[in-house]
Amino acid sequence: MEQFTGKVWKLGDDIDTDIIIPTEYLALKTIEDMKLYGFSPLRPELAAQIGVGDVIVAGKNFGCGSSREQAPEVIKALGIKCIVAKSFARIFFRNSINNGLLLIEQPDLYDDVEEGDRVTVTVNEEIDYKGKKYPIASLPENLVEILQAGGLVKAMRIQNGLGG
Amino acid sequence: MGQTIIEKIISHNIGAESVKPGEIVTVAVDRVMLDDIMIPFIVDKFHEMGFSKLWDPDKVVLIYDHLVPASQLDDTRHYKVGDEFAKKYGIKNIHRSDGICHQLMTEAGYVKPGHVVFGTDSHTTTYGCVGAFSTGIGYTEMAAILGTGNLWVKVPETIKIVIEGKLPEYVMSKDIILRIIGDLGADGATYKALEFSGQTVDEMTVSSRMTMANMAIEAGAKCALFTPDEKTAEYCEIELDKYQKSLFGDGDASYCKVMTYRAEDFVPVMACPSQVDKIRSVSELKGIKIDQVFIGSCTNGRLEDIQMAARVLEGKRVSSFVKLIVTPASRKVYEEAAACGAMKTLAEAGAIITHPGCGLCCGRTGGILSDGERVVATNNRNFLGRMGTSKVEIYLASPAVAAMCAVAGEITADVSQ
Amino acid sequence: MGMTIAEKIIALAANVPEVKAGDIHTVNLDRMMSNDGTTHLTVDMYHNKLKHPRIADPKKMVFIVDHNVPSDSPKTAASQKKMRDFAREHQIDFWEGQGVCHQIMMEHYVCPGELIFGADSHTCTYGALGAFGTGVGCTDLLYGMVTGTSWVLVPETVKFKLTGKLPEGVYPRDLMLTIIGKIGANGVNYQVMEFCGDGAKTLSVNDRMVLCNLAVEAGAKTAIFEADEIALAYLEERGRKPKAVFKSDADAVYAGEYIFDLSKIQPVAARPDFVDDVVPVDDVCGVRIDEAFLGSCNNGRIDELRVGAAIVKGRKVSEHVRFLVVPASKEVYLQALEEGLIDIFMKSGAIVMNPNCSVCWGSCQGVIGENEVLISTGTRNFKGRAGHPSSKVYLGSAATVAASAVKGEICRADMM
Repeated sequence: MEQFTGKVWKLGDDIDTDIIIPTEYLALKTIEDMKLYGFSPLRPELAAQIGVGDVIVAGKNFGCGSSREQAPEVIKALGIKCIVAKSFARIFFRNSINNGLLLIEQPDLYDDVEEGDRVTVTVNEEIDYKGKKYPIASLPENLVEILQAGGLVKAMRIQNGLGG
Repeated sequence: MGQTIIEKIISHNIGAESVKPGEIVTVAVDRVMLDDIMIPFIVDKFHEMGFSKLWDPDKVVLIYDHLVPASQLDDTRHYKVGDEFAKKYGIKNIHRSDGICHQLMTEAGYVKPGHVVFGTDSHTTTYGCVGAFSTGIGYTEMAAILGTGNLWVKVPETIKIVIEGKLPEYVMSKDIILRIIGDLGADGATYKALEFSGQTVDEMTVSSRMTMANMAIEAGAKCALFTPDEKTAEYCEIELDKYQKSLFGDGDASYCKVMTYRAEDFVPVMACPSQVDKIRSVSELKGIKIDQVFIGSCTNGRLEDIQMAARVLEGKRVSSFVKLIVTPASRKVYEEAAACGAMKTLAEAGAIITHPGCGLCCGRTGGILSDGERVVATNNRNFLGRMGTSKVEIYLASPAVAAMCAVAGEITADVSQ
Repeated sequence: MGMTIAEKIIALAANVPEVKAGDIHTVNLDRMMSNDGTTHLTVDMYHNKLKHPRIADPKKMVFIVDHNVPSDSPKTAASQKKMRDFAREHQIDFWEGQGVCHQIMMEHYVCPGELIFGADSHTCTYGALGAFGTGVGCTDLLYGMVTGTSWVLVPETVKFKLTGKLPEGVYPRDLMLTIIGKIGANGVNYQVMEFCGDGAKTLSVNDRMVLCNLAVEAGAKTAIFEADEIALAYLEERGRKPKAVFKSDADAVYAGEYIFDLSKIQPVAARPDFVDDVVPVDDVCGVRIDEAFLGSCNNGRIDELRVGAAIVKGRKVSEHVRFLVVPASKEVYLQALEEGLIDIFMKSGAIVMNPNCSVCWGSCQGVIGENEVLISTGTRNFKGRAGHPSSKVYLGSAATVAASAVKGEICRADMM
């Protein structure tokens, strides 16, 4: 099973889509233009600090609010490998999977973890933090298919005979 | 075994006898709504996926509302992209400056009871007001629907909410849904359907139901449903057919939760900064000074909302140094509010009346605020930074309360001020 | 030696019996207007540059928020908050979202014979009521605010004698654009345009505002009409009294004289990017437009709304055109509402905005994008004024703008 280790950025409960990418920037031409403003209402410096392969750990209801798919796209463009939260809002969840951004529901890690520490994720199995194991559930099969294709666009391309 | 409304709609859609919560099914889509912010992204994904035609252009509705009027240099590019896409693929249903998407989808007759509808905006839950299953999706899934006409959904569990009795004067359906969101919490209905019933709901206008269905997403809900009735039929300008008449929760249907309220117990409330579920009664907040009031949005920009504001403001003036911004939800609402004299009353009281559109609610223009300012608003979200800087405080309220606050220059639910 | 109206106003304000062009005088200001374009800068200077900040007479001050209403960014909101807080602290008359500053000044403040400074170039509008109004920068405004006085260089006056009557379907805006086209964008630099003659008597105060408002586009310090019975009736209707009613003396000295026969004026348009590049509308017919704008301190009054509404009534705005209709003030809006004009515009598919400067100065409403074309009743068509630097702005009358909105390309109203 795929395994990776990443540095943790810790965010709170109810991180909404307006925090992830404010509406003011939603009509910029590209996700690359937008990502500079990621999380700006809450932590304006964060977008510049996040590195490739980092992990966000958050509380409940991550991604609540609007249907803007720019939210997971911005997070992915910033280099975030996956988000571990107590729970996710449903539209954000679908949008993330469709863009190949891994989301993991885990109830306990958030309470223990410190920002800046490192966690090791074994997909569909567990998260290791300072030697303690945090179990994680497997994703439903239809979602695994989309993730495995590399997102919904690629899945559709395959279906339309264009190859991923 | 009986079924809930959402179970009935999904079963009917897929031609099954019944469905159960948790089942993953593929539904055939009756309508989709594409908005101006998302259209360039939808178009890109659609082409990237390799589609060359729409599954059914007549079922596609394109609406410009977030970026009307254009406030940034690049905004009109979105209209151009939308117009070209519409022309190329034969989309006829376009609204370029007629108001907010969620108002137009039912008002202009695109959505009927029992439909399955998706939109690239989270407040697509609104169409549950006429008994349609509607919910927000991202632009990638929208592109996939445009090509295939299908989408997978997980059948949600249903929370039943029963409200009986008569609401006190100046208490509106906004106060009901705010309190329910407070009780459920911002994630209390995640993945679930809300189903409203009871005498209070039966007696409510379709407009008032829209306010509640619209805000269901703020508790995380996938959708919110009302049983289609005579009012629905009149609003939709149809006769309900057998299927549409069957859209009520069966007595023996299975609900994951039942909540019961007495209408007489509701009081004017507000969602305090910066969480939609931080609900307080207005009386607890009385006296807090405000800088601005916003009446509008897909939540509360309809004729009855504007008439309520006019009723409160009749013969009065907006408090000095306080701005009252009124943004009707649609062109039709504007015309009706002008015809009945509400616009005159509001303008005379000092209101700033804008063209219909998303306005301040989507935070791009229409009354943006700065550090230390406080706004009472009738829209659906008070997230950090939504209407300006992160040091702006947003209180969500009903149009009645908002108008009272505009007169007083401070938070109040006292109409005599 | 005789004096012109402008000279008499300055003499009165300077409390001297006589002035002549070229003199410099210290004058008492009757009123000062400042809007959200620059007031925040004035307030900053007031707090940071002055040893003993004070306001000579708050009753002479008027603050008006009209350029970005409702505000479109935290930055403009912060500027407006600064203005609002200052007005509240110093008990200065404060208007927000109730109309374009010059329209509000005309409806509520300006009186014949007054000398008025405004921190906006189109302050010359007030000459329509026989007042001397002129635009100043914020330093001048601040000095006036603190001392109640200022200095002025008495400008030369150029006489514009109007004869005859405008033909049907030709408007004061066509006349003024024609004049600017003839004399050029610096044709009357530092000078006063004095409008007189029989033709002036055919013009209402609203019409006169259209002429005076655009005087700055020919470089004028101000423009002025004699406060005749038409002006005094306007004033009386609004319950105000003149400070002084002046006529120019027969032996007053003029730096030049032009004669315009109103009956010869035709519909015209100014081409991008110069106000004085004026041609008959026929020369630009057929130019495809993306947006049309009916409004501004120049052309957003009830007369223009009536003209526009008569053209779009029963018709639809072209699919690819955004037609913005923006009444110049709440008073205009209420009148238009009453007359059913707002309903006509809404039914035609127009975008009806709250009274404010709107796209005339390219702020938060109807911003035009790359390579787009706008036809406008606004005051200016400078490069990039209404949005993207590559966009183009044509100026025309309300009739031309409304007709073009329906047709989707520039056209004459009588071609509809």
